[in-house]
Order: sequence, then C-alpha cells, then structure tokens
Amino acid sequence: MEAFELLMQGFGVLLTPDKIGLMMLGLVLGVFVGVLPGLGGPNGVAILLPLTFTMDPTSAIVMLSCIYWGALFGGAITSILFNIPGEAWSVATTFDGYPMAQKGQAAEALTAAFTSSFIGSLVAVMLITFLAPSIATFALKFGPPEFFAVYFLTFCSFVGLGREARHKIVISLTLGFLLAAIGMDTVSGTLRMTFGSIELLRGINFLVAVIGLFGVSEILLTMEERLALRGHVAKIRPSTVLKVWRDLPRYWVTLLRSSAIGCWLGVTPGGAIAASFMGYNLAKRFARDPDSFGKGRIEGVFAPETAAHAAGTAALLPMLALGIPGSGTAAILLGGLMVWGLNPGPMLFVEQKDFVWGLIASMYLGNIIGLFLVIATVPLFAAVLRVPFAAIAPMILVSCAIGAFAIQNAMFDVWMMLGFGVVGYVFKKMEIPLAPLTLALVLGSRAEDAFRLTMIGSGGNFGVFYSNGLVGTIMTLALIMLFWPLISSLVERFRQGRRDSTVAAE
Amino acid sequence: MADEINVTQGAPEAVTVSRPDRPLVGRRAVEAVVMILLLGFAVVLGMDNIRTGIGWQSDGPEAGYFPFYLSVLLGLAAIYGLVDVALRREGRGEAFVTREQFVRVLLVFVPAALFVLATQFLGIYIGSFFLIAGFMYFIGRIALWKSLVTALIFVAVTFFTFEVSFNVIMPKGPIERALGF
Repeated sequence: MEAFELLMQGFGVLLTPDKIGLMMLGLVLGVFVGVLPGLGGPNGVAILLPLTFTMDPTSAIVMLSCIYWGALFGGAITSILFNIPGEAWSVATTFDGYPMAQKGQAAEALTAAFTSSFIGSLVAVMLITFLAPSIATFALKFGPPEFFAVYFLTFCSFVGLGREARHKIVISLTLGFLLAAIGMDTVSGTLRMTFGSIELLRGINFLVAVIGLFGVSEILLTMEERLALRGHVAKIRPSTVLKVWRDLPRYWVTLLRSSAIGCWLGVTPGGAIAASFMGYNLAKRFARDPDSFGKGRIEGVFAPETAAHAAGTAALLPMLALGIPGSGTAAILLGGLMVWGLNPGPMLFVEQKDFVWGLIASMYLGNIIGLFLVIATVPLFAAVLRVPFAAIAPMILVSCAIGAFAIQNAMFDVWMMLGFGVVGYVFKKMEIPLAPLTLALVLGSRAEDAFRLTMIGSGGNFGVFYSNGLVGTIMTLALIMLFWPLISSLVERFRQGRRDSTVAAE
Repeated sequence: MADEINVTQGAPEAVTVSRPDRPLVGRRAVEAVVMILLLGFAVVLGMDNIRTGIGWQSDGPEAGYFPFYLSVLLGLAAIYGLVDVALRREGRGEAFVTREQFVRVLLVFVPAALFVLATQFLGIYIGSFFLIAGFMYFIGRIALWKSLVTALIFVAVTFFTFEVSFNVIMPKGPIERALGF
C-alpha cells in the first residue's frame, strides 16, 4: 500500500490552515464562475490562473483544482434552478432536475446533484490514487515513439468520437497545432511563421488563447442571446439533506453504474458530455418505469451528475500519469503546471512526489469541503444570478485582460486575447469545437518533439511506429479510433444483414 | 416553498431595437468566408514553412516539416468545408446573426476594444474603471452613483489584490505614476 502512505503524506501537506483557506477560497470562486452564465470550468481556471502566479506550486495547483471542483458543483445550480446548463455535461441534469424544481423539490434536486457529484468524483479519485502511479511507472518505459503514439491516439479519438462534423474537428486540431508551432523552433532554433514580427517570437501563449476563446467569446455570445432566466429560489434545510441521504442506498446500482461509465469515458478525451448522457439513458433503460423520467425523478439527477463528475475527475488521470489531459479544463490545468516549470507526465511521480500526492489529496478534501460548502451557500449563489449582467460583463472582461497580461507581461497578448475572442465567437456559432484546438495548442510542441526525436532515432523510417508490440498496439488503437465512425457503421450494417438473414431463415 | 424569480441575463431590455429583426448575414455565407480565410491562412503558413525547409537534414526533419503537413491538412479540411457548404441542402437561408443581435454584440465588443486601448495608454486600473462605470451606466441603464461606486470598489479590490498583496505587475499609466506606484 505504498500509494496509501504517500496519500497520507499528501494529506499532511494539505492540513495547514492556509492551505485549507486557499481551498475554501478556490471552491467559492469556482462555484461563482460555475454559476455565472457564460463562464464555467475552463474559463474560470484560465481567468483565475494569474492569481496563483506568486504562490508555491502546491498551493497554486490546490487552489486551481478547487476552482475546478467548485465550477463543477456550480454548474448543477443553474441547471436545476434555471433550466440553463452551465456546462455541456450538465444538459442531462436539466431533464429531471428542472421539473423537480418546478414541483417545489428544488432543495431535494440540488442535494441529490451535489451528493452524486461528490460520489462520482470520489470514485474517480480513488481510481486515480491506485491506478495513476502504476500507469506512470509503466509509462517510464516509454520512449519518443510511444509518446508520439499516445498523443496520436488522443487526437484520433477526438476526431473519431467527436459529435461535430469531422472536418470541423480536423480544422480545430490542425489550427491548434499550427498556432502552437509559431515562434522559435525548440529543436533547431529556427524561427517559424513569425513573418518578421518581434511579438510573435515568443509564440502564441496557450493561456492567452484560452482566455480569449472561452472567456471573451462567451461574453459576446451571452450578450447576443439575451437569456431570460425564469428560475426558482431554493434554501436547503438540513432535514432535506438527511432525507435524500437516507434514501441514497436505494440508488446504489445507478450510482455505481454511472460512476463506472464516467471513469471509463472520462479517460478518453471529451468524454464527460457523452458520459452524462449515457448515464442518464442507461438509468432510464434499466428503470422499471422509464416513462417517469423527465418528469422530475430524483434518479434522473443522480445518474447524469455522477457520470459527468466521475468523467470530469477521471480526465485528470491521463493528465497526471501521461501528461495528456482528458478534457479542456484538464488541458488548462496542465498549462498551469507548465507555468511553474513542472513537466506533467510519468516523471512527475518520481521527481515531485509531494506535489502529486498533495494534489491527489486535495481532490479528496476539496470534494468533501465542497459538498458541505455548496449545500450551505446555495441561496447566496442563486442570488448571484440576480446581479445585472451589465455589471458582471465588464468585470469579467477586466479579469480576462488581467489574466492575459499577467502571463507574459505583454500588452500584445491582451490584443491577441481580444482577437481570439472574436475567433471563439465565430467558431462557437459555426459549431467548430474548441476543445481539440485547446488540446493541440497545449500538446502541440510536445507531440512535435516526440515525432522529431522518433524520426531522428529511426533515421526517417516510419516503420518505427510498428517496431515493437507496445507502440504498434497504441498506433493500431489510434487508427481504429480515427476511423471509428466508419467501422461502427460497417459493424451496424453487418449486424443488420445477419438479423435480416435470420429473420429470412425463420 | 420555491418562490419564482425572473432574471434577464445578457443585454438589458433598454438596448433592444424595436424595429423588426432582420438577418444581417446568412449562416452559409459566414461558413464559406471562414473556410476561405482558413484556406488562405493554411496557404500562407504552408508557403512560409516551405521557405523554412520541409525536407530532411542529417539530424532529422527540418523545422518546417511538421507544420507544413499540418497546414496541408488544414487546407484540405477547409476545402472540404467549402464543398460541404456549397452542396448542403439544409440550413439554407438560416441567419448567422440578426441585425439586433449584432448590435448587441458590438455594444460589448466596442467598449472592450476601447478598454484595451485605454489600458495601453492609461493603465489597466483607469481603463477598467471607465469600462465598468460606463458599461453599467450607458448600456445597463443603471443609476450613475451605483455605477461609479461599483467600478470604484472593483478597481480598488483588484489594485490591492494584484499590486499590493500578490505583487503581480499590471500595466499602469500616468495617474498611478503620479501617485508613486
């Protein structure tokens, strides 16, 4: 039980008054950005990142990950009270959560949502605790070809499993890669695609792009749409909480199933959204009376919330162990790690033990503290939605500008952020997904380095990607992912054909 | 038990243009333009990478090799997008953005751009004071004193958070300099 001992050490690092204080602060800020329309996990983490620049890495990442948990909790509040999902993966929560609020059961729905988020995250964190070290140890054997294969697998699964049109995903991915390649080439020192501009020498900072793409563009979109919120006010009484918790064991199958789905899909990139829908649909299919779903059934809140949060948390597993984030927000956390000169990946478990285990311990503590904090403060956060947008919008813009400037102390970056805001606005309206771009932007140079080191090692022979069992398997898996839509439709047709022939035989 | 509340997020009622809302530009037109821009971007980057060198040296691929093939991919995807827009039947005549919506977007984008400009010359604290107070008063139609007080509190809090307690340096202008920061 080496992991357990290290985890206890991690708790030791965390249980100091100032760390606990930072966690509470992060959670409150996180719920705040989660509740505000147009913000959410990735934006919140990106905008609040500069606050942590002067802290030591452990404090900083603890606070950032708490902002992340807070944002996850906050998304449920708007879904249930206002029927507006804060994040795409909260959509399934509105199906039964909002009807419950309409029936006057808002408090029950919220308690159910928070509790199931907590359970989902907890299961996924346990998975991380016991699996991440072994994956990292295994990955220590990886050389450049294996790493490139893993990156390739990540990008292929985005293309193959994405819900958007394939060419739009490819556009997003390649654009991210190209933007990442701008500036000085790390291997040869040559300048690439700078067109003589001094400002572009530094390259395009990942966080500046993210703040523009997510934060600024979201303000533009919110302004355009003018949502009219019709919502409910809720106050959670301790008796309601206890009542929901007493009934909890009855739903253990749903909770377990959703946690498993979440953990599985969360490890694959972009899985949280799929996980929440799948959790919901499976709960509905296995229920004795599927028709009661969508009319305010508490299981309809449990199922998607557990899955979404298990996925959101499991997305951190590949980030920690392999340096490959499973979601957009995980990508931003990864960007944060690199700001402090930490190199996420297997070496982190060897070189920065305190840091890794402090972070994992903070996932446990952050979720426990978050659960109680959020139950206690729901009325407060629902009130945030009453603050006029005309006051919130300029404040968010200022925070974005502060964030963009602070990263490299460059005014040029603030202008670039504004430009990315427009790009993000147009892309979101055109349904070009932003997550692949984010991921390519943060992983681009690592993927390229891995590719070039592989090519140098093999003397330009592409056969190196099938030179041993490990790299060959990953590459094959990647290709299967890439052509997944094609393969699944072929399988479907084959099955259809067989079914037809059996029907004919009868 | 659950009282209802109504809140309008986004642009306040006051800025609504009362004329009937017409589409400003169609969805397909915007998609086509974006695809052409992306194609152009891919070509420009591709050319630059050819100049850098896309071949092989003794120590492996040249600096332009990897980005060159990515720009080729981007270009191909953009061409596919163009063909897709041209052939697609659904969504014809659908609006990308209506006039009224676009006015609302500009109402936040123009102040944002002015704010960045002000930040460059006057510093971020002065710029954000004007952005918040101005946006609340002129666009949100919120009482002047409330707008000024909110902006002042926000600026004071950010100043003390970044400049004093966290030591993060922000762009400053003549006024802060006169005050000795």
